[in-house]
Order: sequence, then C-alpha cells, then structure tokens
Amino acid sequence: MKIDRRSFLGLGLGAAAGVALSPVGVKLTDDSSIWTQNWPWTPVPEDGKITYDRSVCSLCPGACGISVKKINGRPVKIEGLDDYPINNGGACPHGISGLQYLYDPARIKTPLKKNGNKFEKISWDEAISLVAQKLGEIRKSGTPESLGLITGADSGSMAQLFERFMDAFGSPNTYNMPSLESNLALTAAALHGADRNLGFDLDHSDFILSFGAAIIEGWGSPVACIQANASRRERKAKLVQVDYRLSNTANAADKIIAVKPGTEADLALGICAVLLAKNLIAGDVNTSAFAAMLAKEYTPEKVEAITGVKAADMEALAMEFIKAKAPVAVPGKGRGDVGQSLREFAAVQALNALADRLNKKGGVFVMYPADYLSFSENVMDDAAKQGASKAKLAGSVNELVDKLEKDGGLSALFIYNANPCYALNNPEKVKVAMDKVGFKVSFSSFMDETALRSDVVLPASIFLERLEDVVSGGGLAKTVVGLCRPMVKPIFDTKHPGDALILLAQAMGDSIAQSFSWNSYDACLEQVTGKIWDTLSGDGYVVIDDKPPVGTPATDFTFLASAPKAAVPMGEGDYTLVPVDKMRLAVGSMISSPFAVKIISDKVLSGKYSVVEINPATAGILKDGDIAVLKTAMGKALVKIGFNEGIMPGVIGMPRGLGHAFNNPYVAGKGVNVNDLIGPVIEPGSGLDAAFGIKATLSKA
Amino acid sequence: MSELENKANDGPEDGAHHGTDNGPKDDKGLGLGVIFFMGAFLVCFLSGWLLFPKLLYSKKEQPFNFDHKLHAEETGDCETCHFFREDGTFSGIPGLQACMECHTDEPMGESEDEAVFVEEYVAKGKEVPWLIYAKQPDCVFFSHAAHTVAGGMDCKTCHGHIGESSSSRPYEENRITGYSRDIWGKNIWGIKKNSWDRMKMDDCAECHLEKMGHKGYCFQCHK
Repeated sequence: MKIDRRSFLGLGLGAAAGVALSPVGVKLTDDSSIWTQNWPWTPVPEDGKITYDRSVCSLCPGACGISVKKINGRPVKIEGLDDYPINNGGACPHGISGLQYLYDPARIKTPLKKNGNKFEKISWDEAISLVAQKLGEIRKSGTPESLGLITGADSGSMAQLFERFMDAFGSPNTYNMPSLESNLALTAAALHGADRNLGFDLDHSDFILSFGAAIIEGWGSPVACIQANASRRERKAKLVQVDYRLSNTANAADKIIAVKPGTEADLALGICAVLLAKNLIAGDVNTSAFAAMLAKEYTPEKVEAITGVKAADMEALAMEFIKAKAPVAVPGKGRGDVGQSLREFAAVQALNALADRLNKKGGVFVMYPADYLSFSENVMDDAAKQGASKAKLAGSVNELVDKLEKDGGLSALFIYNANPCYALNNPEKVKVAMDKVGFKVSFSSFMDETALRSDVVLPASIFLERLEDVVSGGGLAKTVVGLCRPMVKPIFDTKHPGDALILLAQAMGDSIAQSFSWNSYDACLEQVTGKIWDTLSGDGYVVIDDKPPVGTPATDFTFLASAPKAAVPMGEGDYTLVPVDKMRLAVGSMISSPFAVKIISDKVLSGKYSVVEINPATAGILKDGDIAVLKTAMGKALVKIGFNEGIMPGVIGMPRGLGHAFNNPYVAGKGVNVNDLIGPVIEPGSGLDAAFGIKATLSKA
Repeated sequence: MSELENKANDGPEDGAHHGTDNGPKDDKGLGLGVIFFMGAFLVCFLSGWLLFPKLLYSKKEQPFNFDHKLHAEETGDCETCHFFREDGTFSGIPGLQACMECHTDEPMGESEDEAVFVEEYVAKGKEVPWLIYAKQPDCVFFSHAAHTVAGGMDCKTCHGHIGESSSSRPYEENRITGYSRDIWGKNIWGIKKNSWDRMKMDDCAECHLEKMGHKGYCFQCHK
C-alpha cells in the first residue's frame, strides 16, 4: 500500500466535505462578519449617563428652544424643547443637525493672521494686540469713522455690544445684512415710526394672504410658522398664496394667485384700491394723497395688466380678505431677506393698515423692540464723539458695497455674523469692495467666503459653546428672550465674540477700555440683563410680550404716495431668473450642515449641478435633465434643467444656498450660488437691493 | 505541465514504476484515497459538530448563583425587579439599590451565594457585574416599552423561562465576536424550536413581519 497523490486528494476532499457538512462554515461566516464590525479602531459612541440640557438655537432668527441630549457630558443629539413658547417641541433639519457645526471641517480652530495669500496661526494675545495696534493707528490718524462693521445680528446684547464698541471707537458705520427682521423694521419705520418691529399673528389669523412668503419653507421663525400652518385645518383658517411658482407653501395653500414675479406690490395696492373704492377701509388714516394715487394708478384693469391677475379675481380676493374675521397680509417672498423692496413690504403692510388689522388678534402687531438690556452709559472721548456724529458712509450694506467699490472710504472693517461675499447679490463686486478696505477683522466661526478675505480672524465659539441672550425675531407676534447656554466647552481655541471684543477694547485702553470694564462677556450679560436675569437663567427664557399691543398706531402713507418705482430685472433674455428658497438650504451667514445638504432632493441639486425649474411650455429645445448654460448680465453657469409645470412660463427658479466655495467637502462645491448670477438693483429711498430676479437666457451646453 | 505531458515524458525512462499495466495499482490508490477521504471527512465532520462549539465559546460563571424562582416567589411578581423607570427606560438587571430594598447588610438565609453577595458587593457598595445572557450589541436600539407595553408582548417570548430557574447557567461568550451565545442560540446550526431560542436580526424581522406585516426599516433599530 502506497500513499500517493490520490491519498492526499482524498484527504483534502474528505476534510473539505466534512467541514462543509458541519456547522463550521455557516457559523464562522456569520461570526467573522460580526468580528469585522468590531475591530478596535472602529469608532463606537461612548456609553454612559444620559442627561438633557436646555438651550436656545441661534443658527437662524427663529430662536427655537432646544434640548441637548448628552452622554457622559458629551452632546449627542439636539431635539426641540417641549413647551418652549416659540417652537413648542418642534425642530427644523438645521437645528437637529446643529452638532455637526461643532466639528465642521471649515471651523476656524485658532486665531489667524493673513500673511501674503495664506493664513498663519497666532495666539489670542498676538491677535488682540495686532488688531488693537491697527485700530489704535486709525484713531491716532483722527479718522475713527473709517472703521466699519457689517453684522447680521440686529438684536440682543451682542448687537448692542458691537454697537457700543463702534460708538466708543467713534464710528457711525454699522451696517446690517438684509434680513426679514431688518426689512420689517424698515417697513415699520416708513409707515409707523422708527424703532419698531412687525409681528404677524399667524396662530390666530383665519385668513392668511401671503405675498410669496415661504411660510413652511423657512420664512420668519420657521418652526413656529410651520406649526401655525399645521394648525390651520383645526382653526378653519385659510391660506391664500400669491406666487409665481408652486412652492411647498403654495401647495399647502387653499388657493394660489399666480402673479408675474416682482408685481406682488401692485397686487397688494390693487387690493387696497378695491377696498378704498368700495369704502371698506378703516378709520381716519391719512390717505388723501395715497388714496388719490390708488384710485388713479391701481384700477383693477391696470393692476390686471401689470400683475396678470384677472380684475374679477382680484376683486373677489379683496372681498374675501376684508370679510374674514381675522385676516392678515404677509410680505416678504421666499425667506423675505435678500432681493426685497420696501415698496412691496410697505404695500402689503398698507393693506393690513387699511383693513384695520394693526394690533389686532390674528393681525399684525406693531411692536416696540424688547427693552430688557440696560447698559451703563458709554464712555466716549472727544474723538469718539466727533467720529460717531459724522454721517454714515452709506445708507445700507448694498450702498456701502457700491461706495467701497468705487472709491473706498473705510480703513478697517469688522465682520460679525455675516457672509456678504456669499449672501449679497453679485458677490464678486462685494469681494472687490472688501479688497478696498485695508484691514478686515472677521469674528467668524467658519472659514467662509468672507472670512477667507479677512486679514485677522478672531474665531468665535459657536452657539453650543457660548452663553448669549437670543431674542425672537422673524416676524413673530411675540417677543421672547431665550438664553443660549454653553452645552460643551469650546472644542477649539475659540472665544466668545463678546469676550474677544472686551479683550480688544481693554487692549485699546483709555475711554474704550472704560466702556468695556467687564471681566468677561458672561459677567456683562448678567449685569446688562439684570432686570430679567433671574428668570432668564432659571427658566431659560422670558416672554416679554405675547399680547396685541394696545391702541392702533398711526400709518403714514407718504412713502407709498410718492409712487416708488418697482424694480426692473436687469439685463436681457427670454427668461426671468428668480432665486428659490428651500427649507433644507440655509441662506445668509448660516451655512447648511452636511446633514442638510444630504437631504436635499435631486430636483434641487443633482450631482454637482443646481437644478433650475422651468415650465416645459417655455423650455424650447431643452429637455428635462439637460445640462444647460444659464447666462445673465452678471455671469453664466452650467445648470441642470428640471421641468416643473408648477412654475410660471417664462420664469426659471434656481435654488438659493448652494455653490459655496470654501473648505468643506460636504457643503462646498455643490451647485451654483444664484447670487453670482444676479446683480443688485438698489431701491431709491430704502437702500434695499430689490433685485427679485434677473433676465436670463438658457442654451444647451 | 499537464498530467498527460508528465506521463508522456516520464513513460520511457520510468517504465518500471508506472509500466503499462497499471490498472490494479490505480484501484489500490483509489481505495486508499477513499479511506483517506472517509477518515478526513469523519474527523472534520465530527470536529465541526462536537469540538468546534466547545472551542468557539468560552464559559464564564456568574459572580454568584441567582435563584429566579425563589425571588419570584418572595416578591410575588417580576416587576419588583424588572420595572420601567420614570423616563421609560427598562431596568433589565436591577442595580444594587433595587436589591437593597429587600436585602440588608445581614445575609438573608445561609446559602453561600448570599454570603458572597453580602460580603463582596453589599459591604463594598459595589454593583454586581452580572453577565447578561440576552445582551444585544451596541449597534442595536431596543425598547422594552415598545414591545411589552405598547405591543403587549410577554417577557417569555424573548427571554423564555428564565424566571422559573433556580440556578444561573454559565455564561458562554463567542471568542470571535464577544457576543453572548444566546444571540445565535444554543443550537450550533442556529436552528430554533422556541421563539426565545435565538435573537439575531432575522428573528426580530420574522416576528415583525408576522405581527406588523413588515420586517421593519434599518433605522428603527440601527440608529
């Protein structure tokens, strides 16, 4: 007997068959797959004690209460805070993904100084003394007014602290980025008097006439608005949407009134004219000149020609509005921030005034800003007094950009809570204007388009890392001050911008230091909110006011009676390109989180292309899904064609909030920034950029 | 080089070994091959059935023996120890504090287990490091409330008759995965007779399909 090759073959086959018929194979396959999932380097979230902490989200002006779930003190989840007077447990996709901002790849981790084209890391001491020295030179040269500030914050202690710094330094040149809040404040100032806000009581209205306001897509305080819309059915409240495309809000509405883009104001004034003609308007308002203008210029036939809304439809709408128990007209198409005109806001508010809906339940509240902060008097030396009393360089941030681009005028610029190099129309021009400023200091948390162009960055801790009062805004009919609390120690070498400002003021010495004598921002906040601090820090919020203000404010129609002209879209082309606001895309200084970008539909962003909505009827040779070249007077971009029968023929809609260009692979490099394609059209009288769109052409790529 | 070529090349020189008359030798070789086959088959087959499970699992004893039957009789129900906390989470294995609602510093009874409990854990204020038979991996979210309160399921459906046992069986841990043997089940093929015999994802899905009409979505458990 000889052991040969066949014996080994037998042995091998036997072993294989034996193993195959035993459970080893099945079991080991399963176990090894589990084993690969548990390699020690696979990150596994830490297990531990679960706690919940309350705070307020300040990502957008919504000011929602949030509950932060922590495990062993590490925040792991953000949820809406139950019973919070604004959002009542609700949360939006940006709020729930707030934790991603903590670890964002674009976060600025240390103070930075521009050296040539690159940033180099510096210490906080170096950064503060560098800025203090530069600002000191400006003061010495006797032109403190040449320090500018562009900010997005227009309420709360941080806004006042920056304002205080500008005053103590001696400059009147503070500019706010356009926002729904600033547009509403401007409207209130034009119609009812300075220093007032407008709040829309959507919760109690039974007839909401929205002039393009994206009520369930991010307008105002988004969660509060979505909840107000959700409760409409129970309340038997109607929503009529005036729009040129079938937005989600329009889709949810009881009725859609299709208008040509940019003619919303004319429709509002047309409705005013109908009410006036039928003598259905309220009381003793000063309407003489205004009334004459309405009667002459806004006859139903004329309005039909302008807006495309049939005269009979408009008259029916006017009657429905005035006959409702608690109607309210809501201005601000989209999110109501960029590309808005005072003419449109004022026209809609005039309708509210004529229908006697001011300070009425379910109407519009003309409110005074929350008066809960008491700063001690600012210490201003002679230079500060002189500088601060000088005239502002420009009336609005848009005009400032114009002025800077043409002939400069600022030697230094602070940027806080703002990303003008992305969020304003024609950002290229903004960048050129920025380059005309010698020294730019950014207080940003992220290396966004504007921070990239600054000379020094004093990185700010984000809302989850800091204490701050957050005042409700966004057209809410109540004023709530919430307390944003640090949920975690700063992850990187960042500071509260309030602390950075205090350190800077103290480094500057003299009167400026005296104006900022606090040890820290936290101490400052406790002191200046003295009146409400106990409740604020105990309950986490204070409801300053949630009732209709007493009395009916006077309305001055002078602005409207002066017949302000409607903005005309720039350039030439077969189409009118309009930006479209989407709930899932953040705008302004806020940048969408990776999560938010992930949940965008491919009807908005397809691969790297922004999808433009176009009505198939006016698409010409273009087909759904085609790549096309979109050209405007400002530039051109490659886009994907998305057929949508819900958009008015001749209008093309492009999502706003895409096309970021900075170091965040999850968010940047996706789609096109629609602002790149639109040039500002500044409205005389208000300084607002009223470019609701621009003429465009489309051709197959 | 192929076998044919091999033969062709080897043929002339090595005739003595291979020869032309190699039929009977082939048969012998085949016979031997069969024996080897059978031998190897039996060894591997039996090892796979008998030895492999023993090698795959390590056995660990509980810190001390726990008598479920006795406790159930004394307390009168299961909920005394296995209850829902105020926040809705389930006290699967009660902490020392819960034990101390009945137990004291003094041993109750004279069993050795009771002595270990009092000396090692009560006196030192240390939690008993029970080994959890039904422990699911961290990647799974499981809510007892959703199943027993909302779904009205019986504990036994998943946990079997552990409440009637009077001694703690050894805890068996899979050496490769670190999971308790109860997840795959005692049967090495993973065949179950009772609903509580194993608790892999497929078993969850099977019951969900039966009761809910749908296997469920990934994120319901894997959050």
